[in-house]
Amino acid sequence: MAKKIHKETDIVFHIRRYNPELDSKPLWKKYTVHVEPGMTVLDGLHQIRETQDASLSLRYSCRMGVCGSCGMLLNGRPSLACNTQILDITTKVLTVASLPNFDIIKDLVPDLTPLFEKHISTSPHIVRNDADEMLNPTGEFYQTPEELTRYLQFTYCIKCGLCMSACPTLATDPEYIGSQALPQAYRYNVDTRDDGFNLRKKIVGSTHGVFRCHYAGECSNVCPKGVDPARAIQLMKRELVLDYLKLKKHRAKSHICSKPEGVERIPEIPEAPPFTVEQK
Amino acid sequence: MAEYKKYSNRLGITGWLAGGRWGIERYLYSLHRITGLGILLYFILHIFVTSSRVFSMDAWEKWMGFFGSPIFKFGEFLVFVAFAFHAVNGIRLFLIELGFAVGKAEEPIYPYKSSLNTQRPLMVVLMIVAIVLIAAGGYEFLGLTH
Ligand code: SF4
Ligand code: FES
Repeated sequence: MAKKIHKETDIVFHIRRYNPELDSKPLWKKYTVHVEPGMTVLDGLHQIRETQDASLSLRYSCRMGVCGSCGMLLNGRPSLACNTQILDITTKVLTVASLPNFDIIKDLVPDLTPLFEKHISTSPHIVRNDADEMLNPTGEFYQTPEELTRYLQFTYCIKCGLCMSACPTLATDPEYIGSQALPQAYRYNVDTRDDGFNLRKKIVGSTHGVFRCHYAGECSNVCPKGVDPARAIQLMKRELVLDYLKLKKHRAKSHICSKPEGVERIPEIPEAPPFTVEQK
Repeated sequence: MAEYKKYSNRLGITGWLAGGRWGIERYLYSLHRITGLGILLYFILHIFVTSSRVFSMDAWEKWMGFFGSPIFKFGEFLVFVAFAFHAVNGIRLFLIELGFAVGKAEEPIYPYKSSLNTQRPLMVVLMIVAIVLIAAGGYEFLGLTH
């Protein structure tokens, strides 16, 4: 598809402002910004802060779609402000609002605490039965490229919350664990180094877990990293159903790669630096 | 952590439709819920009306006469539309929620393709089936056969 050529123009930003100290509810305010091709919404918001209204609050950090801080509702679609070029989505008016389904702290700053709490609740880390190996590792784990592919896609999550604000289930069920945390649970469930399936099952299979999802699919549409949360959630449902029916296949676990014998360490390779954190 | 005043920005039930630039599957999700509620409402009404026979023949006939009017005939057709969509879309969801038609995890390469693309042929075929069913139902219900 040929890329559209954009021309510089004036765009009216309708921004949903909310100051907790003064306002009882958010109010829309208008700002006109001179936009040049290539300008992102984040650039536009900076311009407003620099030339028109320094009190506008927003959250951002990396400016390059990596940190996941600048999620906003842009013309009715949850998007990263730094990753969205203004002229790609409008030629006249741009509406900018805080991410839905998250409380507003101020202006365009959502409270992402529920995202992190839900994320933590699913034990999003390698859980193993051999605590000894966890604390005092004796080697690395083998994993084939196919085993890696099974979860790699889901590791790209930057925790921006766009998926959660696009979710119609979360719109009515605040307790729903949601499209950020559930794929992370799946990511570890299918990791061949992990033994945490039974631990996570209690959380992800609960009333507010995966079975609340009915594939609106918008999480996968808006995800800026191609994580495809909707896919992970459906695949996890299948896992849980098979487990319930006692039909879940037993997958071979990664084994520890033994240290090679009879070889000398190459002298130029330095030893690992000493620990910087006290070891228990 | 310090407590501070926040504004609740949950979309609530309006979030099923309102918002904005959503994909088709999200609208199907909302339609599935709305048709489900419609069928439930019909079901309750149906039980209520048919149970009137227990009280008397008169009551039964009164209700039957009331619901025999063309507007309810059309209402009945709408129930059929809801049922046809809900049933066919339900088959799609049943398959998808058991992990079929969503594909396997793959390395995301921009522009991203997702499970939505993988299931789309199934969605299109089933929606055509729903439309055919609805058309056939319309032919029957709206008296076009006579
Ligand atoms: S899954 Fe995608 S949209 Fe959701 S938090 Fe992670 S990166 Fe953001
Ligand atoms: S500022 Fe980091 S993702 Fe936009």
